[in-house]
Amino acid sequence: MAKGEDTAKLNEVFGAKVAGITEFRGETTLHVLLADLRSVLGKCRDELGYELVLDISSVDHFGDDPRFEIVYELATLDDARHLRVKAKVSEDEEVPSSVDIWAGADWHEREVWDMMGIRFSGHPNLKRILMWEGYPFFPLRKDFPLAGRPTDMPDVAFTGVAPLEGGPFVTSAGAVDVVRREPRARVID
Amino acid sequence: MVTDSSSIAHAAYDSKIEGNVIFTQLDAAMNWMRKNSLWPMPMGLACCAIELMATASSRFDISRFGMEVMRFSPRQSDVMIVAGTVTYKMALAVKRVWDQMPEPKWCIAMGACASSGGMYRSYAVLQGIDQLIPVDVYISGCPPRPEALIEGMMRLQRKIEGESAVEDQKRSMIEEMA
Repeated sequence: MAKGEDTAKLNEVFGAKVAGITEFRGETTLHVLLADLRSVLGKCRDELGYELVLDISSVDHFGDDPRFEIVYELATLDDARHLRVKAKVSEDEEVPSSVDIWAGADWHEREVWDMMGIRFSGHPNLKRILMWEGYPFFPLRKDFPLAGRPTDMPDVAFTGVAPLEGGPFVTSAGAVDVVRREPRARVID
Repeated sequence: MVTDSSSIAHAAYDSKIEGNVIFTQLDAAMNWMRKNSLWPMPMGLACCAIELMATASSRFDISRFGMEVMRFSPRQSDVMIVAGTVTYKMALAVKRVWDQMPEPKWCIAMGACASSGGMYRSYAVLQGIDQLIPVDVYISGCPPRPEALIEGMMRLQRKIEGESAVEDQKRSMIEEMA
């Protein structure tokens, strides 16, 4: 089973660049500032041997500032160690692309752009990957209704609003517990 | 057979063709030919397509009903089987394929997703292919078993049997000329 990284070693490599390290059930998470993200990720590959980016995902802390958080899941090729790197991103910030660090980051970053609307600076081909070019919304944002919004691009694609009994159902991001965060009938304009 | 035996009259006696000529209505003959050689266009979009493949394979074997000639060119097909989730990204492509099929053509919505969007009440999924294409037969199930698909195809055959093929063609010809 994959192990987390040794905290002392991480402190030695990154020093003041890391804003915090958390350990949870054998998983290690590095919290960094967006400005340090690129150099930290580069060191993760070159000095710590994380040659594989398993996933790049993003979180929408709707109502908070900074609003978004970007999460990198790293692993060594023999799957012996795992590391998670997190950085907060505000709505008007761009994340430096890590495609030149891991080629596999390409599609992950396009998916984050497509679904969450976080831009990556220096990405070689930042197009939508699931929805079509010209679709005006970012569907995984918390203020996007589950039922969708109507759009129409003649000869390309259209969308409609799905019939939801009493919906649309929207999560309450930032609510205190899981029950209150559940998607419920709640109108957001 | 085409019509019941009482309405089939044999041609005047001729030993060479005796028993080989029957009289029937043109509609009945055309419908009989159409319904027994339905060439499906397999529009496989999700897991329903797996059941569609099973239906075509030896265990269920739709060639017993004359439906086994799956054509991947819409220009050679009679019935489009929409098997799976139709996303908005795919929707107009499905419509384009349908538009390329020559008349007469029929459409089967196979499974919950193709019929109504199914469990995907979502921004990304078309809520039923009938919003774009006229559907003749809906098949329930998620996914439907091959028996259900065969039942749907047989219902389509019964529907074709009742059509007035020539009259419809004449009517659409007159409409086009007008």
